[in-house]
Amino acid sequence: MPSKKKNKKLTPVQQEYNEMSQKHEPKRPVLKNCIIAFLVGGCICLLGECIRQAFIHYGGFNVKKAGDPTVAVLILISVILTCFGVYDKIAQWAGAGTAVPVTGFANAMASSAIESKSEGLVLGVGAGMFKLAGPVIVYGTVAAFIIALFHLIFIPGFSGGH
Amino acid sequence: MLKGHQSWVFENKPKIISSATVVGPFEGKGPLAEDFDIIHGDLYIGQDSWEKAEKTLIEESAKLAIEHAGLTKEDMSFHFGGDLMNQIISSSFAARTLSIPYLGLFGACSTSMEGLALAAFVTNYGGSKYVLAGTCSHNASVEKQFRYPTEYGSQKPPTAQYTVTGAGTVVVAPSGEGPSITSATIGRVIDMGISDPFNMGAAMAPAAVDTIEAHFRDLQIEPSYYDLIVTGDLSKVGYAIANDLFNKHNFPIHQTEYKDCGMMIYDYNTQNVQAGASGCACSAVVTYGHLLKRMRKRELNRILVVATGALLSPLSYQQKETIPCIAHAISLENQDA
Repeated sequence: MPSKKKNKKLTPVQQEYNEMSQKHEPKRPVLKNCIIAFLVGGCICLLGECIRQAFIHYGGFNVKKAGDPTVAVLILISVILTCFGVYDKIAQWAGAGTAVPVTGFANAMASSAIESKSEGLVLGVGAGMFKLAGPVIVYGTVAAFIIALFHLIFIPGFSGGH
Repeated sequence: MLKGHQSWVFENKPKIISSATVVGPFEGKGPLAEDFDIIHGDLYIGQDSWEKAEKTLIEESAKLAIEHAGLTKEDMSFHFGGDLMNQIISSSFAARTLSIPYLGLFGACSTSMEGLALAAFVTNYGGSKYVLAGTCSHNASVEKQFRYPTEYGSQKPPTAQYTVTGAGTVVVAPSGEGPSITSATIGRVIDMGISDPFNMGAAMAPAAVDTIEAHFRDLQIEPSYYDLIVTGDLSKVGYAIANDLFNKHNFPIHQTEYKDCGMMIYDYNTQNVQAGASGCACSAVVTYGHLLKRMRKRELNRILVVATGALLSPLSYQQKETIPCIAHAISLENQDA
């Protein structure tokens, strides 16, 4: 839906057309998408927890260290599904459910890498794989820096969970 | 000859003497599969990149169209082609292989009729013996250039359209067997302020309506003159808006059958394509495959094909520009009917 600020730039005829055309646009099924995303996202987390428990009970990892191999396994599953061309089909249905967890990030990198393969290894795969993942890394780091700054100002003595 | 403000009437009636269509696997599962000459089972068409695959599609359809006419590429005077890739590489690289004197065009998804209009114009005035006009698009190369990597898991909104993988080419000659190109209306660029690249049907509908109304105004005929009017790739959303605009302008579109190529090539029930199809190849393969076949069978005798194009680039929409759109109309008629 166009914002008011954007509408200001449009002529009255264009605004009228925008209003008219919106009547014909099927809306995104937001509630349905939210429910599916919640369930799928939850299932991915449940799967992650099962893998973590397996690492704790059968892999000889302690509770703190089991997280790292768990993430690695989830990333591996996501990359394999991406390579077989299945992940994007699941994602069309699951939406944010597959985009938000670590599997979504792995898919963003793997899909960009596959797509850039035809442009060579350095400027193709090497640069291309960060096309979608780059912004996540940049703004993730910026956000972490700002939070850390707040942390330092308001609770300087507290050293976090580790 | 110029008629009215923006239309050409071709009094020498150039003919489409042959056509060829090549499509990908997904189109091969759609309802028009039987009307295409080649259906590829592999989206890569045996190549190692999407861009090469797209180039192969247009090469194959061009060679096949020439073959269907019983000619060789040396007989062709000119080649008019274009596509959606940056710097129209698919058509130009195919033109390198074909080595027919070439004019590259860009009209986004309206390129099919832009090329045909120019081919007809040149032929009408004795500028050529045979002209090759064709266009192509590839789902994956377009996704890669305009949207996200093909395997990236993004959820498309219900207004999104699915780019057709395919190519359609025709051979136009001053005489011979086949439907005549009787007139063409060149569209002007219309921008009604839509900026969402996932809603191109809504962006293009006003351009289609403008060109169609101009066509009938210029030629001073009524829609009932045609058995069928088709737009290129408005799909569900754009088609509904176009109908609404015709009503609002009191334009008697109901006198004839009005359809959209973007709603014909896929099966909405079994193929998950959101609003419908789009891409240069959409109007090209539906017209040169399905509709020409129906004309040859005399099921249709007079049709108006209005190819619609959204003239955006990946940069322009990132810079929040609205989408300028265009449409070109061509009328095809069986002369003996």
